[in-house]
Amino acid sequence: MNEGASIVVRFAGDSGDGVQLLGSQFAASTSESGNDFATFPDFPAEIRAPVGTTFGVSAFQINLGSRRIVTAGDQPDVLIAFNPAALKVSLPLLPAGALILINISAFTKRNFQKAGMVPDFISSGALDGFQVIQLEMSTLTAAAVADSGLGRSDALRSKNFWALGVVLWMFSHPKSGVESWIEAKFSSNDAVRQANLAALNAGHAFAETAELPAALPRFDLPPAPYPPGEYRTVTGAQAMSLGLAAAAQLAQRRMIFCSYPITPASPILHYLSRVPKLGVTTFQAEDEIAAICAAIGASYGGALGVTSSSGPGIALKTEAMGLAITTELPLLIINSQRGGPSTGLPTKTEQSDLYQAIYGRNADAPIPVIAVANPGDSFHSAIEAVRVAVRHMTPVILLTDGYLNNAAWPWEIPSIAHIEPILTSTEIPIAGEDSVSHLAYRRDADTLARPWITPGMDGLMYRVGGLEKDFETGDISYDPDNHQVMTELRAEKIQSIQRLIADQVPEIGAPGESLAVVGWGSTYGAIWRAVTVARMEGHSVAHIQLRWLNPLPSNLGELLASYGHVLVPELNMGQLATLLRDKLNLDPIQLNKVSGQPLKIAEVLDRIRTLSSAKTAA
Amino acid sequence: MNAVLTAKDFATDQEVRWCPGCGDYAILRCMQKTLAEAGAQPENTVFVSGIGCSSRFPYYMNTYGFHTIHGRAPAIATGLKLSNPDLDVWVITGDGDGLSIGGNHLLHALRRNVGLKILLFNNEIYGLTKGQYSPTSTHGTRSPSTPGGSIDQPLSPCQFALGAGARFIARGIDTDNKHLGSVFLEANRYTGAAFVEIYQNCPVYNDAVFASFTDRQKAAETQIHVRHGEPLLFGKEADKGLRVNPDSLTLEVVNCSGPDDARGSVKIHDETNMALAQMLIGLHGPDFPVALGVIYRTDGPAFEHGQTIHHPPPLDSTAGVVQVMRDVRLWKVPPPD
Repeated sequence: MNEGASIVVRFAGDSGDGVQLLGSQFAASTSESGNDFATFPDFPAEIRAPVGTTFGVSAFQINLGSRRIVTAGDQPDVLIAFNPAALKVSLPLLPAGALILINISAFTKRNFQKAGMVPDFISSGALDGFQVIQLEMSTLTAAAVADSGLGRSDALRSKNFWALGVVLWMFSHPKSGVESWIEAKFSSNDAVRQANLAALNAGHAFAETAELPAALPRFDLPPAPYPPGEYRTVTGAQAMSLGLAAAAQLAQRRMIFCSYPITPASPILHYLSRVPKLGVTTFQAEDEIAAICAAIGASYGGALGVTSSSGPGIALKTEAMGLAITTELPLLIINSQRGGPSTGLPTKTEQSDLYQAIYGRNADAPIPVIAVANPGDSFHSAIEAVRVAVRHMTPVILLTDGYLNNAAWPWEIPSIAHIEPILTSTEIPIAGEDSVSHLAYRRDADTLARPWITPGMDGLMYRVGGLEKDFETGDISYDPDNHQVMTELRAEKIQSIQRLIADQVPEIGAPGESLAVVGWGSTYGAIWRAVTVARMEGHSVAHIQLRWLNPLPSNLGELLASYGHVLVPELNMGQLATLLRDKLNLDPIQLNKVSGQPLKIAEVLDRIRTLSSAKTAA
Repeated sequence: MNAVLTAKDFATDQEVRWCPGCGDYAILRCMQKTLAEAGAQPENTVFVSGIGCSSRFPYYMNTYGFHTIHGRAPAIATGLKLSNPDLDVWVITGDGDGLSIGGNHLLHALRRNVGLKILLFNNEIYGLTKGQYSPTSTHGTRSPSTPGGSIDQPLSPCQFALGAGARFIARGIDTDNKHLGSVFLEANRYTGAAFVEIYQNCPVYNDAVFASFTDRQKAAETQIHVRHGEPLLFGKEADKGLRVNPDSLTLEVVNCSGPDDARGSVKIHDETNMALAQMLIGLHGPDFPVALGVIYRTDGPAFEHGQTIHHPPPLDSTAGVVQVMRDVRLWKVPPPD
């Protein structure tokens, strides 16, 4: 197999070490070098944990290469550790032979103690089998920025740029992009700008000239084969925000985004609020319930109401979702999933809210559910979700997760002009044609949607509410037959969306292979890569990625039945597997992981190999 | 709508389903009449309610109406007002809906000064769920859930509103249509959050709970109708007044007739005076009259206008989105040679 190589780099340090900034600047230089990449910022839950502790470690992992990159990598090939705690936390992730650069200046007796490590850890044998290079990062940074006029503690803050200088040299990345970023970012603060530039250059020069006991390796990664086009880096939260704003334009409606702060959903609220040019009104509500209710009120008023949260917050919104279902109002509910139950693991990733999205409401209360596969896909999924919401007059749940919101990928900039406008399915009736109540519930034959009549429209005043409505007039009805009809109508309306959904096709492979690996959400990358590698090894395996989880694509049952086996890897205890059993009467093999960490390529690949050899043996 | 509308034009064909004798009937009629008088446009008027007896109100108004879920009407109305600030939005709630399950939303709608007219029907009991005590029930209220008498202290809706930062606080009585209508008109004119507490009688579960001051025979002695700029007088012959005791900083009743007429010391109602509002809200029998009318009003920017100014929505062009999308470091991958 002659595909390009990839290298996984992990930066780890204290929250205050500037690790996230360092990582994002390295990602930027990676894009300039033409490599493909995927990033994984791994934040601590604590804002400013005590310095030097293991629970205060902030890390940033990037996988870069000259082939298509779809995950941030299973195991770091290179670790840059800024203190003992960062080394301790990252060590279990490393494969034998990994390269470790440590900021030996911070490996003091006191810092070893804070991390709960023995003071002679480095010589204890714990690092045998790794290539360890000790760098006096703090000391060398302090020397490099001595002329900046900054005090020692401020000066040392530049050590992330010193480390970046070293890493840029190792990967032969240009410095110019980072330099112009520093120039622009710190244009109003001469001393800091000078210090950061000096540190960057000093680190770079040090890597080039220093005589170290073990030579710094250099990695030569030719550009990855991108399709032609114009690219930028995008995180899931950014792409989601851009998709929402684009959807509002495509629908020619105001968008009102109502949210209550919660990890890891807040980046979407922040981005939309920070960038008023996107034209989305943001509203920080007093609680999760108020957020969805305000979004419902906005949609009732004719705007596109959106609410965004994470699992625990979504749970609080449940009753209001029922209101949106029964009043048949368009609404977008974004769930940035995290580890649970309860407060669980706020900053860690999990896909455990699928049951909640599909089954988690009182009564028969169907809602369409879409899952985002990768950061850039958030853009397209947001548009699709809004399209369905206004076409069918229904709330729609969009599932993403903390990993996707924060991870950055290269993204080909889409042309909004080439995206179909978003249309409501039913025309607004003319007042006087019939009694108003009949008009307000006159349904589109195809979508079963009622017209989006909004306050302010002359002559169409009608009443709506959470009580069961008469099928024809919308008046309150306790009639038994009517409730049966309305319950079936609500189910049929959501099922009818199936006609809009494209037939499911495998992402990789063909129908009828020995094995299908079926995934949804952010495990996309790990599954894609595992299937790609397995196919190169000669295994007959396909990758099927589900965007639509409710309703499922109409051909899915037939497609999955064509495979010898179906494997469903998920970051939960088997929720998609249950759904497939329920809806398609299928019995998939499960691969479940709930550690708060992304799925690894190797975990999927191992299972594919095992299944494949078991089959061969039989 | 050019034709002059009457109260009847604001009524729907729906059968009203409140108990006979319920105070809600009077409030409904008063609202229909007031909107006709005020020249309200039905298509630009919306009634948003939560859950409870009072929350059936929107079904009976021939305007736009949204009967939502328990306690959430202020939140839904806030979203509605953000989407279309030109609408006249009335929120109908009760003491359970607005102060118990929905207390948080009411608090925030008031402090934000969202342009809503919030009518809280206070009957000091849960009606629709069959008579349990509510957050405004007096201490010792016997109910199906408190057979031995409630042990918690009630809260005062207007005190709550004042504490939440409401800038318009008024009170009325269900059956006093003339006065209640005038309060509705004032609320209608106010551009921010207008909070109106209506003493509403529940003849089934809490009959005559306000009779001590709503009884027409005793009204003159037990009620004080406050008007901005006028002295705080009450009594059949306007022969009693309220003045501020400078030592205790509380209101006291003074005689305004006969030889020791203390009219000169009677406080002039200043609706912008929060300290006075605080004192008026707290008055109750048997020693004091209950204050009715616009007790507190100060101007302030309505929330929805601030929001709109912050984020002007450019609906006619995708230029903004495209610009933001490209406002980062870009790189081009050329087609292969």
